[in-house]
Order: sequence, then structure tokens, then C-alpha cells
Amino acid sequence: MEMVKLTIDGKPVEVENDTTILKAAKTIGIDIPTLCYFQLKDMNIENRPGGCRICVVEVVGRRNLAPACSTNVAKDMVVNTHSIRVLNARRTVLELILSDHPAECLTCAKSGYCELQTMAQQLGVRELPFQGAQSTYRKDTSPAIIRDVDKCIMCRRCEMMCNDVQTVGALSAVNRGFMAVVAPAFEMNLEKSPCTYCGQCVSVCPTGALTEVDHSRNVINSLADPTKTVVVQTAPAVRAALGEEFGLAPGTLVTGKMVAALRRLGFNYVFDTDFAADLTIMEEGSELLDRLTRYLKGDQSVKLPILTSCCPGWVNFFEHNFPDLMDVPSTAKSPQQMFGPIAKEYFGKKLGIERKNMIVVSIMPCLAKKYECQRDEFKVNGDPDVNFSLSTRELAHLIKLANIDFNSLPDEDFDNPLGASTGAAAIFANTGGVIEAACRTAYELYTGKKLEKVEFDELRGLESIRHATLDFNGLPINIGIAHGLGNARKLLEDVRAGKSQFHAIEIMACPGGCIGGGGQPFHHGDSEIIKQRAAAIYREDAGKPIRKSHENPFIIELYKEFLGKPLGEKSHHLLHTHYFDKSAGTFVDE
Amino acid sequence: MAKIKYHMLVCGGTSCHASNSEDILKNLQDLIKIKGLDTDVQAIKTGCFGFCDKGPIVKMMPDNTFYIQVKPEDCAEIIEEHIIKGKKVDRLLYQGTASKENLSNSNNTGPHKKQIRIALRNCGVINPENIEEYIARNGYQALGKVLTELTPEATIEIMKKSGLRGRGGGGFPTGLKWEITRAVKADQKYVVCNADEGDPGAFMDRSVLEGDPHTVLEAMAINGYCTGADKGVIYIRAEYPLAVERLKIAMKQAREYGLLGQDILGTGFNFDIEIRYGAGAFVCGEETALIHSMEGLRGEPTVKPPFPSESGFLGKPTNVNNVETYANIPAIINKGADWFASIGTEKSKGTKVFALAGKINNVGLIEVPMGITLREVIFEIGGGIKNGRTFKAVQTGGPSGGMLTEKDLDTPIDYDNLIAAGSMMGSGGMIVMDEDDCMVAMAKFYLEFTVEESCGKCSPCRIGNKRLYEMLEKVTQGHAVMDDLDKLRNLSHVIKDTSLCGLGQTSPNPVLSSMDNFYHEYLEHVGNKKCRAGSCKSLMQYIINAENCIGCTLCARNCPVDAIAGERKQAHVIDQEKCIKCGACMEKCKFNAIFIN
Repeated sequence: MEMVKLTIDGKPVEVENDTTILKAAKTIGIDIPTLCYFQLKDMNIENRPGGCRICVVEVVGRRNLAPACSTNVAKDMVVNTHSIRVLNARRTVLELILSDHPAECLTCAKSGYCELQTMAQQLGVRELPFQGAQSTYRKDTSPAIIRDVDKCIMCRRCEMMCNDVQTVGALSAVNRGFMAVVAPAFEMNLEKSPCTYCGQCVSVCPTGALTEVDHSRNVINSLADPTKTVVVQTAPAVRAALGEEFGLAPGTLVTGKMVAALRRLGFNYVFDTDFAADLTIMEEGSELLDRLTRYLKGDQSVKLPILTSCCPGWVNFFEHNFPDLMDVPSTAKSPQQMFGPIAKEYFGKKLGIERKNMIVVSIMPCLAKKYECQRDEFKVNGDPDVNFSLSTRELAHLIKLANIDFNSLPDEDFDNPLGASTGAAAIFANTGGVIEAACRTAYELYTGKKLEKVEFDELRGLESIRHATLDFNGLPINIGIAHGLGNARKLLEDVRAGKSQFHAIEIMACPGGCIGGGGQPFHHGDSEIIKQRAAAIYREDAGKPIRKSHENPFIIELYKEFLGKPLGEKSHHLLHTHYFDKSAGTFVDE
Repeated sequence: MAKIKYHMLVCGGTSCHASNSEDILKNLQDLIKIKGLDTDVQAIKTGCFGFCDKGPIVKMMPDNTFYIQVKPEDCAEIIEEHIIKGKKVDRLLYQGTASKENLSNSNNTGPHKKQIRIALRNCGVINPENIEEYIARNGYQALGKVLTELTPEATIEIMKKSGLRGRGGGGFPTGLKWEITRAVKADQKYVVCNADEGDPGAFMDRSVLEGDPHTVLEAMAINGYCTGADKGVIYIRAEYPLAVERLKIAMKQAREYGLLGQDILGTGFNFDIEIRYGAGAFVCGEETALIHSMEGLRGEPTVKPPFPSESGFLGKPTNVNNVETYANIPAIINKGADWFASIGTEKSKGTKVFALAGKINNVGLIEVPMGITLREVIFEIGGGIKNGRTFKAVQTGGPSGGMLTEKDLDTPIDYDNLIAAGSMMGSGGMIVMDEDDCMVAMAKFYLEFTVEESCGKCSPCRIGNKRLYEMLEKVTQGHAVMDDLDKLRNLSHVIKDTSLCGLGQTSPNPVLSSMDNFYHEYLEHVGNKKCRAGSCKSLMQYIINAENCIGCTLCARNCPVDAIAGERKQAHVIDQEKCIKCGACMEKCKFNAIFIN
């Protein structure tokens, strides 16, 4: 690549010729403010529509100002990032954006996390010189995501995530001019769209235009109800990110403090979704082995590859886009939904708690989980197996609300029996983790040999689509991994075309897996944060005394005492599910 | 054709078409048959003559008699008098406004004097639905010449030498554009015809497509040969159904004649064209937005570079030219670069088609050499200001342009002079204003258009133009303060400086140029709450002259908002706070006691 020399704010800089002014400036410590621009470095995710015009800079010899995010450097270019002309233009543009934005900061769900608020602060906006009409729209509430697009600033990040990264196509720009906004086609509700509730739009929205449906009030009410036994389960990815909300460095594991905080919030039992993740491995791993063995014996009715089914965003995606392949994914429920019936039908009954008096709350890095727990097939006589699902962010708010000084909490342990878990369950949080956990168990069950090295390094990493061949005692097992639904689509299209060479495929809807979920603390485009969370998850695994799901003593006991065997009748009833064709009915107004 | 003595050319352009020119054509053809004149006389449909204000037009050839505002029932008289008796129908002749004399030979009439028709050379002359008439006027000769005698490089050289610049508004040198696209290596390239004409009042592209569709097809094929593209796409707004229909007929005929398709004229050159429809968004005239719209995506612009010449339609190198630009090309090839370059000014060669509109006598389409002055266009060709009023300003360049005034009337029109004068060429809309036009209201009118047509992608255009419009509204309603005028100016400059595409980069021009030229009108609106043109309704006051008022109470009884008070047989008074300026009182008053202040 050819190098070019240029001058930015009087400082010489030399960069590759396809570098933008924004990135070139960064190399010499000049931080040009941006708003619509968004990047997750090393994850192939970038949004630079050049639309907000906050990052404009003066390029000597150019007629108008140039957007730094989308203008490449050139030889001998002279750039000024803070001349009077630039400062006036930048501030005027921001004042314009604010003039069409509801001044509801005091009550906005995004207050304190809002990038527009930060920008107003940074540019020193102290009054709003432009008054006039505001573009207003109907508010749209779905089971997981709230769209309050009066607050949309047309940065198009959500659109980029939904279309380019996830290939879901639920959101795009509609209307023209002043009324232009990002919405589902025909401005229908999100529920009528092919939305998977992956929540990546919420993770990248700079303002309060896209937020999650808040379940914390329901949880507070349940905790205050003396007739209810409130049980909580925490997903593996939460412990690697929750600390960020309390000022701890990204990647700080806060498992013990999180348990302590939940206990102080008043939950009667603090359990772990990790336990259910171990259970998932028993069921899904057995299903893999069952299908594989039958396939090797020549059973033509067996479908391979088997696809993981623990990600509800992914389940929604294939129900909308690949209904013809509904017999390919594993029938195992997700860990959240396995936990529910075990808590209510096994643990609750054991303690003599009536189903109606038990409330199961999940803490999830995910927004699709909010939708998942409301699915009809996960209810018994209208009572959901999992009553409420809180995001990592909502839990942090709840802890702050209860005046708990998180950082000074002692480390505490989960309650038994549904709090015990192995390292295999912990890594569910990372892309590649579910399949690695499944392979640890499947290997030992298939070969009857002990796995000496439990880490399958070939399954790890952040590359969008990965594959590896594992040696199961001479039998080569081909594994595929995709994170991000756009990548999943590629693998699924191969399956549809009969070209897939894989025996098993793991798919996670969110970039990075659950650690990058739509319910996690906002990363504001810093991919280092996601990498640190991933590293923390592998540390959690490495620190566990037991690292294979089938060795979890409480899982063994659960099968002995209650379930019988994996894929048995009770399992089939409580731990497996079926899927629905959702391809029809999208964008149809009733 | 040789035997035919009389040709009756009936305009089939949109405007005349809408005024029943089809019926006129049918009547003439029927009468010719009934009278047994079919061996001597032929009535045919042609494209636009440009004299739309006075349509429907019937032109008699070879004597150039120009009948205006013809009605279907006039046909018998024209046949009887003109054809049979050889006497002109005086009452249907164009009346020159200045001299009041009947100007029966259209070549001598004001509107046609000083015009040079290159792009419109066939409009109003040939039947656009008959390829043979186009061929008879040297049609497809340029394509033949290019394919058999010239290399692409030599052809591009001719284009460069001719000095032809983009007629869509940007004024980028056409030959250079072709050269850049040619230089890019790719397995597939496209040439595009931008027929997304959207300026209010502009209809030159429509007229070319309706009146001479083959010239565009021929030029696109030449463009394809030069840039290395074998596919052409015409992006045309769906609101131009007649143009679309004639293009389809032309494409079909050209294919039948081997002038489009595989192995054109046996030279091995392949080129074909398809049509894509736009939904009439102004911003889709911007080439990146146009390309996205053609791809089925939202019609909004993207940051350049990459330019379409590197990455355009479907990611392939794409050369986009405007209809009028194309219409010049066959003539340039046939008559040579030197001929073309001999017309016009140093940096702007050839002619430009303008759509004259507003307070001008001869509304319509004209084609004039670059370098002509606004005075010649408005007062000679345009016949001056309507109703003997005084010229105040002319808006060129549509909503992106600016207002030019008396002081600019003798400036030779070309790309650079118009920019220097604070406006631009644009696609050629020319709207003339007189003393009854309020300049603040005019700026507001253009802003209203821009607000409507902004795609909404970038914040300054999406929100800024809306705020500009609202501020102008405040001014016209008399609610603005002096500080607002400073804000108007600053915001205008920021929108120009920061917007993503040409739409936002030029949309404040009408505000800035009206402020530059008519700042006193702004001051009057703000300071004196007065609109000198009397067009800002909010600033008008209905006042009762106590001397004339006899206290009949008629006005008070008719006021819908009870704003008029007064005792019977006493002079009445209008409460200005309550008055909604509907004018009902003034209409009812029998004693001329109510006037507007």
C-alpha cells in the first residue's frame, strides 16, 4: 500500500493512502468528534454513511467541508479540524439535530449513556437557537424492543446492523426529508417485521430511539410479594460484563459480587443458567451423537448437520428465513428455557412450592430472551416457565436502585442444586463455546476415552465463520461456527443447497456470541471491550474444578432422581421444543 | 414524401397533447381524406415547438405558418382557407406583443429569432414515432461514422474539443467524463441517461424525449462505444408516460433496424438499452442517488469518491449523462467539434435549452447560444414582462439557483458567469418575476420544494432546510426579529458547507441571493411588517375608509370571524387582531370603502 504524507492541524502525518482523515488524525492523537460513524474493529462492522456531518473538517482548497469519517486522505492534503469555520459548522449541525430531538433527557432511558447527550456536552451547546416543528412518530413496543423514533437521529447504525451484519432486513430508512426515519417497511410495528429481537440495533443506537422493554418493575413487584418464591438464573455472559456498569475494567469477572448483589436484592434462590447450560450439553450433545451414530449406520432419515438452538435470536431467524430447514436444528431448548421447567417442576415441587407461587427471573445479555420467555410453547396453563428476563443493563440499574455498593460486596457462591456448573457451561458466552462444550462431552461419550486437553483452541476466536475438524478416535468430525446472523445465513444457504460438509454447526446471533449481546453494557463501538469479555469467560472456564458438563454432580443427580436419561421421555417433555414457520405474515397488516 | 405539397405539423408534446392536439390531428387527417387531398397534404404529429403557452400549435410547411391555440373545430377552416384557398387564417396567427403585427412566418417571430436549435433540432420537425423521419434528418449517421471511421479515443477527442459540458446542471466536461470512464478496467460497464428531470418548471428533457427520442438512443450507443459499455439504462421518471411510450417505440424500431442490439451495422459492436423508472424524487437526479434508485435501493446519495466512473450501477463503472447533453452529441459528430465550439463563449460552448416561465409573455421552451444575455432572452425571445409590469428578477437553476436582477441582465449567459453572479445554470429553468413578486416569499417557495425533496440522509439538509423554511415563514408572517436574519444567513452558509450532496449544497442559494439582492425587502418585512409586493397575506391589512363607509353593516354580517364592529349608519372598523384576511368584507362592500394597506 502506498503511503501518503499530509498535514492535520499543523502536524505532519504519514498513513496508507486508503485511510480516512478520521483515522489518520487518530494516529497523531487528534480525536475528531463523530456521531453516525460506528466501527467494531476486527469484526468487519463499520457504519459510515457520512450523514450526521458532525465530523466535518476543513480541507484546504476544497469548496465545502469534508466529512472526516468518509473522506480519504490525499498527498499533501492540509486539514484543519478545529478552525472557526469548522467549529461553527459542527456546532450548528448539532444544534439542528437537537432542534429535532425531544428534550426529555431527564426521563429518557438512555440518559447517561446517550452519545448525543455526550456530544452536546462536548461541543458546549448551552442553548437551542433553532426552534420549530419536530418530526414525531408512533411509538412501537414489541415483546423485546421499544422504538421511540422521535429520538432517531438517522445515524443509520441500526439499519447497518440489521441489514449488512445480520441480514435480517427488519429496519430501513422510510419517508423523505424531515420525516425520514428508520423503521420497518410501511412503518409497521416491529412485531410484523422479520425482526429476530437480537437487539444489535439497541446495542448501537446512540440515543434512546431503540431501547429494551424493561422488566425490572415486574421483578421488583415479585420480590415484594411475600407469597412468591423468586428464583433467579444468571447467564454465563453477564458475569464478564456487569462490572463495566460499576466502573470496573472490561473483562473483570464479577461472578461472586453478582451473586451477593442478587441475594441482597431479595431473590430467594440465586441459581445459575450455567447449570442449565450443562443440562443443554447433555441433551444437545446426546442428540448430536444419536444423529451421528444413526447417520453412520446409513439411516437416510437423519438430518446432518445438527445446528445448535440455544440462541433465541437465531431460532427466530431460521423460523423466518429457513422454515424449510426446521428439522435441522437441535430440538433442545435454550438453557434459559431448560432452567424454567427444572426450577418449577423439579426444584419447586421438591420444596413443595406451587408452580403459581414460584417466579423465575433470568438475567441475560440478550433481548431476544425477553421474547423467548413469552413464547406460548414455554407456558403451562398460561404460566411461563421463565416469568421475566432482565438484561445485564437492567440488573445494573436494579442494583443501583437498591443502594447496593456493588464494588465493595464480598464474593458469594450460587445456591445449590441449580447453581452448580462446569467450565463447559461458562464458555457458552463466547462464540464457539457451545460447540466446544458439546465436543468435550460428545468426545468422551462417543470414544469412551478421557479427554486429556479440554480446550479446543481451533474452535475459538472472533473470525466470522470458522471451521475445524476434530478427531473422534479416527472419525473426523467437521464443525462449523458462525456468529452474526449474516454469517449464519451463509452457512444455512449451503445446508439448503446440500453443499454443507459439516456434522455440527454452532450459531450465535450476536457478533462475538452472547458476550456481545444486545442486553450487555454499551460498548460504543469499542471492540476491545468484547475481546476482554471473551478472555474473562475463558478464565472462568479455566478456573473451574470441573470442565465437562457430564461430570457436573448435580446434573448426574438430576438425571438419576428426576429426568432418567438424556433424550428420555421426561427430557422430551420438559427440555425439548419444536419450531414454527414464520415466513408468512411478515409485513402483513391485519 | 416528395409528392406532398403541404405538411401540417401538429404538436404532440405534453402541453399541446393535454389541450386536445390528438383530436386536432385526427380532424385534420379526416378532413384531408374527405376532401380528397391525401396525395398533396399530410398531417403528422411532432414533438414540442417550445411555444407551450400558446398551444396547441399547428405549423404549416413549407411556408412556416404558425397557428396557435388551435381548437379541433378550427381544422375545417384551416383546410378550407389555407390549403384550398391559399389564404392564411389570420385569427389563429401569433400576435407579436410589441408590434401588434401578424407574424405569419414563424422564422421571423420574436420567439424564434436568436434561437439556434441543436438539441431540439428535430423537435417539432419530425414524427418522433417514425425512425425513418429521424434517419432522413441524418439520424444514426453519427453512430455509423463513429463505428466505422473513428476509434473510441478519436471520438472522445472530438467530444473534448467540442467543449460540450453536462447540461444537467453540473457542467462537467462530457469528453473528460467519458475518458475517465473509459480508463477504468472492468468486465462490465454501463452508460446511463439521466432523464429524472425535476426542477420546477423545467421540461426540456421531456420535450427531447417526446420529440426526438432516437437522438438520445444514438448518443447513448456512441457513449457506450467510447466508454466500453454494451449496456445502457435510461432512468426516467414515471410521470413522463408519453416520453416513456415514445422511447419504447424508438427502441423497438432501432432494434428492428439493427441500430441497437448485437453487431450494430455489422461492426461487431453490441449495445442495448433498457428503461428504469424513477418515482419522481428530485434528489434522484444526483447521480449516486440515481444509481441507488436504479438498483432498487432507497434513492439517496452517497459520499463521492468513489465516483460512478469507478463504481456505479451494480458496482460497475458507469457513465451518467443528461438527456440534453446526449441530444447534442450526434450533431457534434456530424458537424464537427469546431462547428460546435464556434457557438458560445470561451468556456461554455454550444447552446442551452431554457424553460421560460413566470411573468413573461412567451412561456415555453427555447434553445439559445451560450453567451446570449438575459435581456435578449427575457425581452426579445420572451417578449417581455406580462401585462406591462416591471421586471424584478429571474431565477435560473431552479431551486438550487439564485435570483438575478436588473444589473445582471446584460451578463452573457454561461456556466461560469451565472455562478459568478450568484446563481447557476442548473438544468435550465428560468422563472421570471415582476414587481408583484415578494422576494422573501419566492425564497420560501423554493425552500418548500427543497424541504419536500430532501432525502433526509444528512442532518443539515434534513433539518436545516426545514428550519430555514420556518424562519422564512416567520419573516413573511411578520413575526421575525432582526436576529433571525443573521441566523438565516449563518444557517444558509452552514447548510451549503456541510451537506452531503448537491441538493443541500445549493438549496440555500435562493435565500442567500434574495438576501444579497433584496435585503431591503427582508428589512421591511421584519422592521415595518410590510410586504411591498403585497403578496404576504399576513402582512396585509384590510382597512375601512370611514369617509366612504355608510354603516350598512353588510361587511360585519359577512365577516366569518366577527372582526368588524360599528353601529348602524356609523363607519365600521376592522379589528386587525381578529382579522384573518379572507377578503370577504371587501368583496361584499358596495361603496368601495374597504382597501388593502
